[in-house]
Amino acid sequence: MKLSEKELEILGVLEKDARIETADLAKMVGLTVEETEAIMKKLENDKVIVKYLTMIDWTKVDDHQGVRAMIDVKVTPKQGVGFDEIAEKIYRYDEVQSVYLMSGTYDLSVIVEGKTLNEVANFVSQKLSTLESVVSTTTHFILKKYKHDGIILEQEKKDKRIVVS
Amino acid sequence: MKATSKSYVSKTVRELKPSGIRRFFDLAAGMEGVISLGVGEPDFVTPWPVREAAIRSIEEGYTSYTPNAGLPELREEITKYVKNRYHVEYSPSEVIVTVGASSAIDTAMRTILDPGDEVIVVEPCFVSYGPMVTLAGGVPVPVQALKENDFKILPSQIEAAITDKTKALMICFPNNPTGTLLNKQELEALAEVIKKHDLLVISDEIYAELTYDEEFTSMASLPGMRERTILVNGFSKAFAMTGWRLGFVCAPKEILKEMLKVHQYALMCASTTSQYAGLEALRNGREDVDKMVKSYRLRRNFIVNSFNEMGLTCHMPGGAFYAFPSIESTGLSSQEFAERLLKEEGVAVVPGDVFGESGEGHIRCSYATSMEELREAMKRIKRFINSL
Repeated sequence: MKLSEKELEILGVLEKDARIETADLAKMVGLTVEETEAIMKKLENDKVIVKYLTMIDWTKVDDHQGVRAMIDVKVTPKQGVGFDEIAEKIYRYDEVQSVYLMSGTYDLSVIVEGKTLNEVANFVSQKLSTLESVVSTTTHFILKKYKHDGIILEQEKKDKRIVVS
Repeated sequence: MKATSKSYVSKTVRELKPSGIRRFFDLAAGMEGVISLGVGEPDFVTPWPVREAAIRSIEEGYTSYTPNAGLPELREEITKYVKNRYHVEYSPSEVIVTVGASSAIDTAMRTILDPGDEVIVVEPCFVSYGPMVTLAGGVPVPVQALKENDFKILPSQIEAAITDKTKALMICFPNNPTGTLLNKQELEALAEVIKKHDLLVISDEIYAELTYDEEFTSMASLPGMRERTILVNGFSKAFAMTGWRLGFVCAPKEILKEMLKVHQYALMCASTTSQYAGLEALRNGREDVDKMVKSYRLRRNFIVNSFNEMGLTCHMPGGAFYAFPSIESTGLSSQEFAERLLKEEGVAVVPGDVFGESGEGHIRCSYATSMEELREAMKRIKRFINSL
């Protein structure tokens, strides 16, 4: 789908700040509030805008730190359905946050989230590796997030410029 | 009679007016919680690959002088850049790498002026042009671009200011502080007057990359203008490299050769580290510039539309990162408005009159600041106006 310049600008702003007031967004792209709302509605209907989310740093919240692992999964693709069937089987689990088909030495990249290391380990050994087409798994636990989806998580936000120049 | 310390200072320098920007800096500097729209530089940090190139050059020991005119490979790259972006052809021997655009303008003035020569300076403009003319022994002749023309200077205004002492015209578009851009037709009309009276132009094109609606045209690209233009540009605004102090100047060989004498005696060469950074910026910085321009455009729209909505008339600036709204409706002078806004709401702007007479009644607001800060600043300015 080909989008107009204004539509792209709106997406660019919303991707960084979904909570922006529509009135401000309208001023930024030079449209009326009504026009801006109509474009957002259209992009939502077309599923270009899928959802408005909040990025939360759970590591700051006691008892909610959680554990994340990225799992490289090798699978045997099935005649006719390729990787789709096994991908679907994997993403149905609530623990699974993301599933990507990858190029390279393994096939699916699965991101799993659990409350404890044990919980994730159990998921991998009891559920994921026992699936019929899964050949092997390699689990990498995430130790610390520095930058996530383009956002640097712990960054001093200091303007180093002189006040008037 | 014993000399006082002050009498050691030349009359010319003593009589120079201190910068109005500087005065406002002193006012705002001590205050807490100030949101500053007074900053004349990008809010982006220099792109990482550029910083890395500089670090690498230091690690590899490139810490000595470069040739006076700058690194040969950088001059080569500058000629390519000016040709591709601005459609003017120079040979590397027609380029000097300077210490920011400021030193390029200073060198130009000192190269072209004899005592008493006049330079027409289009105002409102950056505060340094007039003083640089004076320091070079010349006489600055300010001509005012007017609000009713969206701060576009008219050829007839230039023509009216020309005397038999006029040597050159000093312009800067996109303009600091008004953001005004002259399009090709408007520049052509200006060029006609310049050619007719056989003047030289010093064209400060430091904001050339930052245009939002119409394409930028370089004065030197117009027919018959290359030979009478000293083109000044640099890395500060486009590549977010203000602190590196790196600019360049392009001019016809006969002029440039003479400028090089001034540059070499006064400055030797631009910082070597900065030159390596500049090389990387020109080779691989395009995407970063485009990204910054996109972001400035949205913020420009926001701030200009916000000003107009709250009743401060503001033309839509075609370039740079300044909005220049009129505050005449408040009945305050630029200085009163800016000082009270700073004291009462903690928002720093620069009063328009410091950039020239026709800037009175306006304030310069830089939108090179995060959207969160801009939003808060607009809220405070609105509250301030409503309190008057």
